[in-house]
Parts: sequence; C-alpha cells; structure tokens
Amino acid sequence: MAEKQLMKGNEAFATAAINAGCRYYFGYPITPQNEIPEFMSRELAKYGGAFIQAESELAAVNMAYGAAAAGGRVLLSSSSPGVALMQESISLIASVELPVVIINVMRGGPGIGSIQPSQADYDQVTVGGGNGDYKTIVYAPSSIQEACDMIYKAFDVAEEYRNPVMICADGMIGQMMEPVALPEPVEPVMGEEIRKKKPWALTGHRNERERHALNSVWLQQDLLEEYIDAYWPKFEKAERELQEWEDFMTEDAEVLYVAYGSTARIAKEAVVALRNEGVKVGLIRPKTLWPFPEKAFENLDGVKDVISVELSKAGQLKRDVRLAVEGRARVSLINRYGGMLLDPAEVVERTKKIMEEVK
Amino acid sequence: MSEVKKIFIAGFGGQGVLLIGQMLSYAAMYEDKEVTWMPSYGPEMRGGTANCTVCISDEAIASPFITDNFDVLVVMNSPSLAKFEGQLKPGGDLFVNTSIVDIEPTRTDVNIHRVDCNKLARDKIGNDKTANMVMLGAIIRQSKVVGLQVMNTVFEKVLTGKKAKLIPSNLEALEAWEMGA
Repeated sequence: MAEKQLMKGNEAFATAAINAGCRYYFGYPITPQNEIPEFMSRELAKYGGAFIQAESELAAVNMAYGAAAAGGRVLLSSSSPGVALMQESISLIASVELPVVIINVMRGGPGIGSIQPSQADYDQVTVGGGNGDYKTIVYAPSSIQEACDMIYKAFDVAEEYRNPVMICADGMIGQMMEPVALPEPVEPVMGEEIRKKKPWALTGHRNERERHALNSVWLQQDLLEEYIDAYWPKFEKAERELQEWEDFMTEDAEVLYVAYGSTARIAKEAVVALRNEGVKVGLIRPKTLWPFPEKAFENLDGVKDVISVELSKAGQLKRDVRLAVEGRARVSLINRYGGMLLDPAEVVERTKKIMEEVK
Repeated sequence: MSEVKKIFIAGFGGQGVLLIGQMLSYAAMYEDKEVTWMPSYGPEMRGGTANCTVCISDEAIASPFITDNFDVLVVMNSPSLAKFEGQLKPGGDLFVNTSIVDIEPTRTDVNIHRVDCNKLARDKIGNDKTANMVMLGAIIRQSKVVGLQVMNTVFEKVLTGKKAKLIPSNLEALEAWEMGA
C-alpha cells in the first residue's frame, strides 16, 4: 500500500479512478462534488485521457455511453438532482450492457433541494432510476479510504457485469479530508488492446468478425423478452456474489442498527456509547445497497429491535430492512432529512425511546 | 468512547482558516493519529465567513461534524467570537486573534489565549501572510493536540518546489507567540 496522504474526499475519488485506469470523464458542475471535475480537468490529460465538461447532465451521460461503447474506462460524477437527470441514459447504458462507473455525492432532495449531506437517493439508486428491467450495482462507502477502494474495484465489476456501477457517497465523505492510502495505478487498456481484451466494444469489424451493433429498441416484444432473459442471469449472479456488509458488535445484540455511508459512522459511535451503558446494541452496515445484503439478516436470534438509521424522511432503507427481517423483529426508524444530520447523542436518546415503547 | 480532540477554527475568507486546520490534520496524520478535517461548505459571498472542524483521536473517528463542546476554539475575527464562543466546552482553550478581534470574550469558564497574530507576523517574521502560522504555533504549543516537532515533517511534505523556501519563516512563525502572553 502507498504512503498515506491527507486528501479531500472528492479529489481522492478522482485519483482512485485514474489509478484504476479511467481515462474518460464527463460531467456537469454541481455541489458537493465539484472537486471531482475540477481535479479531472487539471489531471486527466496528463495521463493521456480526456475530460469534457458537458453542457448538461444528459449530454454528459450520453458522452459516457459513447466512450464506454468504444471500450474506454469511463467515470461520470454528479449529485442527487444531477444523477436524476442522468437516469434516462443509465437505463439506456444498462440496456446495451456497457460498463460505466458513476459517483453520486448525495445531497438533500427532492427537487434541487439542499447542498448538505443526505441519503434520500436510496430509492433512486436502488429501485428507481431509469425505466425498464435492469439494476444498478451500488456501493456505499463510509470513509474516504473505503470510497477509493470501492471506486477502484467498481471499474472491474462494471466490466465483469457490463453494467453501470454507482458509488453512493454523500456531502460529508466528499467534502471532508482524511488520511488515505491510494490504490496502486494500473495501466489502462487503450487502442488496439481494446479489440483484444474487450470483444464486446465497438472497434470496427474490419471484415475480420461479425459486426456488432448496440440495440436498445425492440419493436417485436417477444424478442425483447428473449433479450432480457439472456442478460438477466447476471443480476441473479450479482445478488449471490456481490452482497457486502460489515458486522459491528452484532453477536449478542438485542437491538440492531442498520446504517450505511457517513451515517454508519455515527451509528457506530452510538453503539459504543450504549454498550458502555450495558445495552446490547450492534450494527449491520451495508456496503452494497444493491444487491442489498440480505445474507446479513439470516440469523436474528435474540434480536428484538432492528432500527434503520438513515438520512431520509420516508425510511427508504427501512423498507429493504423490513423485507430482509421478514417479521422476525420489530423494525423502527431513526432519521433526519433535507440535509440535516444525526449525531450520536440523538441516536442514543431515540433508541432508548424506541426500546421503552410497549412491545 | 475514545477521546476525540475537537478543534474548531473560524474567521473570514482569506485568513488561512482552512489551512490552519489542514496543517493540524497533516501533523496528526504524521503522528499516526486518526484525523478528520471538515470545512463549512455552502453559499458564501467573497470575503465571507469560513470555518473548519478538525477531530484528532487515537481511534477511528465517527463524525467529522462537530456542533458543540469544542475542546479548542480559534477565532480569527469578531463575528466568529460572537457566534461560536458558546460552543466551547467549559475548561476549553479559546484562542483569539487580537489583531482583528475588537470585542472581548464573555466566557469566564474557559482558558483565553490572546494572540496578536498579524502584529507578531509583521514584527517578528516580517511577513503579514504568516499570521495564520503564528496562530497555528500558538494552538500547538498551548493545547498540545499535536507535537511541535512534527511540523518540520509537515512543512517538508506540504511546502515543496518553489514553496520550500517558505519553510524557515513558517517554522519561525510557529514560535512567534510567547506562551502566557
């Protein structure tokens, strides 16, 4: 591992992408992720890459579609309302099975919303997004180090599954500075190498092979059903193989928090505080939002309360938690929203209230 | 819960407020401590307010946001003193840049350290721009959140190339304030 550096989240994200071999970046400015395009505009050309500030999010995502079709490693970044604008073409990219990595530095919504950290994109990124039958693979880092490791890995996952992969950070992880050891740089696959290593890329048939065409319109509905059936097994494989989570003091827990991203850091501190008071609390921290780590909930023996701790009014994460708990424990919600944050003391206090309520 | 030192630094844009926090963060990192640095970000006019929070600990830090109970509060201008004074914990260290701050602290249950940053920077270092490093030195030597020694490493790592020539004056600035003054 490289020596630790003190880096701002957004700049570390961009560096991790370059080290993963990303050479194409497209984006449109939006707070709180502006340091990503700023950094890419300064650095990417030094690596022989291309940076384009598009005229809109829609233009950016379609440029990414083009670069991915040609076999390049592509990064897009934006924040919640900007990602919403991109969803139309994220569906398009998924429909033609191309790899693209998207960083979403979440902020408050709905609409243009606020610029402070939020987790109200959970629905947008896991079940919403664009139209049609597809999934976006979603990682949720809770530190700058973890974000860099996830971004680095995301390019490989995106190519293995030939599907969009999203990193869901938030304004806190994007704006803060922490020590980080950056992953080692890899040589990008470029030029003629793309023909050899990425046979699915549109590199021209040169009368050497069958022509490739990316097709997203199926006017014969039976053919579309066949097409979906052909690619769908990869999503079943993702559900089997990509679930990731962290268990923190879950072994003898009677109260189980579920929290991801920056909120998981706060939940963790609440766990330690309550443990010091003798309350048996633990935390399941999903690292993948889709596929949701259902496997983490297989054994709930002794658990009375499961509490989703999240920055969303509706309890967007809570719905997936309830599905995974399957009625074996009471499921509650501790939340703030709109760009407001939880602090450990508030989580502790609200946990006690939930525990006191009549069972 | 592990002991986390919470430091809050506030002033107006251009005073090097964010840089003071970054230098403290580098120092903590090179002392193998856990550290987070979080700036205020949001709509702000040119010359408006700037602040950052630094958390230093021997163990992983939960939240980089702090809103209360600072161990150390550093105010580089008057509005910051008025706005954040109440959020310093009793017995905490309050550092006031008396070159700019023209109001008196109202707290009587905290340790107040008056640092004439700009005057010391001008008179002792001959460079007004080192005022923030004068304050940084005062914070480090008085509160001991990090050691003074590690700043040699920090400056060597951060001030490279053309900036390397600034290292001696910056090191000097760290010791410009007389403790207890």
